[in-house]
Amino acid sequence: MSTTADSDLLTITLAEGAKRLQSGEVTSQELTRAFLDRIAATDDQVRAFVTVTEESALAAAEQADEMLSSGDATAPLTGLPIGLKDVLMTRGVRTTAGSRMLDTLVPPYDATVVTRLQEAGAISLGKLNMDEFAMGSSTEHSAWFPTANPWDFDRVPGGSSGGSAAAVAAQQCIATLGSDTGGSIRQPASFCGVVGLKPTYGRVSRYGLIAFASSLDQIGPFTRTVEDAALLLQEIAGPDPLDSTCYDAPVPDFSAELDRGLDGLRVAAPVEFFSGGMDDDVAAAIETALDLLSANGAIVDRSPSMPSVPMALPVYYILAPSECSANLARFDGVKYGHGARQGESMWADMEATRKHGFGREVKRRILLGAYALSAGYYDAYYLQAQKVRTLIRREFDRVFADHDVIVAPTAPTVAFKQGAITDPYQMYLNDIFTIPANIAGLPAISIPGGFGADGMPVGLQFVGQRLDESTLLGVANAYERLAGWSTIPPSNVGST
Amino acid sequence: MSEVDTTQFTSEQVRHLASLVRIELTESEVEEFRGELASILSHIDALSEIDTEGVPPTNNGADLLNVQDADVSQPAMARDEVLANAPQREDDYFRVHAVLDQS
Repeated sequence: MSTTADSDLLTITLAEGAKRLQSGEVTSQELTRAFLDRIAATDDQVRAFVTVTEESALAAAEQADEMLSSGDATAPLTGLPIGLKDVLMTRGVRTTAGSRMLDTLVPPYDATVVTRLQEAGAISLGKLNMDEFAMGSSTEHSAWFPTANPWDFDRVPGGSSGGSAAAVAAQQCIATLGSDTGGSIRQPASFCGVVGLKPTYGRVSRYGLIAFASSLDQIGPFTRTVEDAALLLQEIAGPDPLDSTCYDAPVPDFSAELDRGLDGLRVAAPVEFFSGGMDDDVAAAIETALDLLSANGAIVDRSPSMPSVPMALPVYYILAPSECSANLARFDGVKYGHGARQGESMWADMEATRKHGFGREVKRRILLGAYALSAGYYDAYYLQAQKVRTLIRREFDRVFADHDVIVAPTAPTVAFKQGAITDPYQMYLNDIFTIPANIAGLPAISIPGGFGADGMPVGLQFVGQRLDESTLLGVANAYERLAGWSTIPPSNVGST
Repeated sequence: MSEVDTTQFTSEQVRHLASLVRIELTESEVEEFRGELASILSHIDALSEIDTEGVPPTNNGADLLNVQDADVSQPAMARDEVLANAPQREDDYFRVHAVLDQS
């Protein structure tokens, strides 16, 4: 019945796809098949997927079509194909977190966000590559393989949710989920030229998210448009009896403020977010974006200073490794995952399990965390970091007392070449502008904000007030409409 | 407030940390991590210069305290499904080496 070309289907949004499915213009099986074909044609180059669940996706699409044709499809995402970062537990589907440690894990339960997306009618196409246990900024630390940036295969897609970002940019999924502990949604969204949203800490249940740093981790969507980010957040947000760190707060209609516009909007551009080693091409793109905001009714205030914000990176590299050293203690080779059995004792087995199961980046962070938490250093490192965290939160509160949102670059550079950064601290500097929102628990979004050197995408970041994703999405949507940057890479993917 | 001297980060300290977190390291890994950890800590040490006198710590991403659930029993996961992922299983148990000295 449909004469729509595949290329047209592949750039579809959730909003548009839902309309076409409801009207019968396209079927879920056609849509799902188009994306599975696209994955088959492009993933040799992109390498976004760790696992493709073709069979279950087609079965779910058939069911969706039955509901659609009988008029029973009331769930908002019925029949729409999406992808999931491999850090989210999926019942019956291998879940590795990018680690040899979980090479063989087939979870007996679904993460709450996975359950909610299923209930919303979405269809999972599979599990997406990532830095091991979400530790990294390039997806080069996956135990399986690196993922390529669809805009330039020689470059990284960012990380840790590199597979989730690349899959949307390469039109392998309409939307995906990732997780963000220090920028792991926003930085890859910036590098791959798509939309990435980190909701407020506590807005989305983490039940079934393999934990990295529990006071910072948050799940959020990758999409082609801000409108789609609102649609996906709508389905995954809200309290969960299985996650006591969720706010018991009402979930607003996240699409309600999408048309709010920029008139009179008070935008803070704090000086500390516009220094710190930003590349000239990124700086130029961000200046152009600020001019566009000003020219369209926003009041951009460049005077606020947040002197503790440069400390967010050191705070993060105490808190996150400390929490990870505790969280990753669970991988003992006894209950699930990799388990070495050549030692003479339980301890020898455990040490061998963790030697072979963890990669270098993960080991380094566990060691760093153990150091920061150990007797004699706890006050100087961990406790001091928690106190500076309070100072950073207070500075955000101060700025938000008379501003609606904060604007900043997402990352100091465009996507870099594979293998270009070998020094750990240089890699950590990628997250210098994204980490502050995690430290303060605030919602933040990266949207396409222009192009830098060699035509690579630059991300524009907005940070909002606690639980005020609606304003954030409204501002981002207004900018997206004004700027109209393409989220489609030059047609190099799958053309060979 | 910090008197930590990261220039003194030793191989012995790395080995001690590795033993605390139960990760077996090769000698070359010990040396690599020693250098990398010292480098990372040298960047992090700027934290010690921040005046935090009288500032309370933030230990939670949200501002929630003492969240309580109703004490209601729930169905548990099926035992076989949970045990299916065990590296070694014996009947309905996870199999490990003896933990306590049996002598």
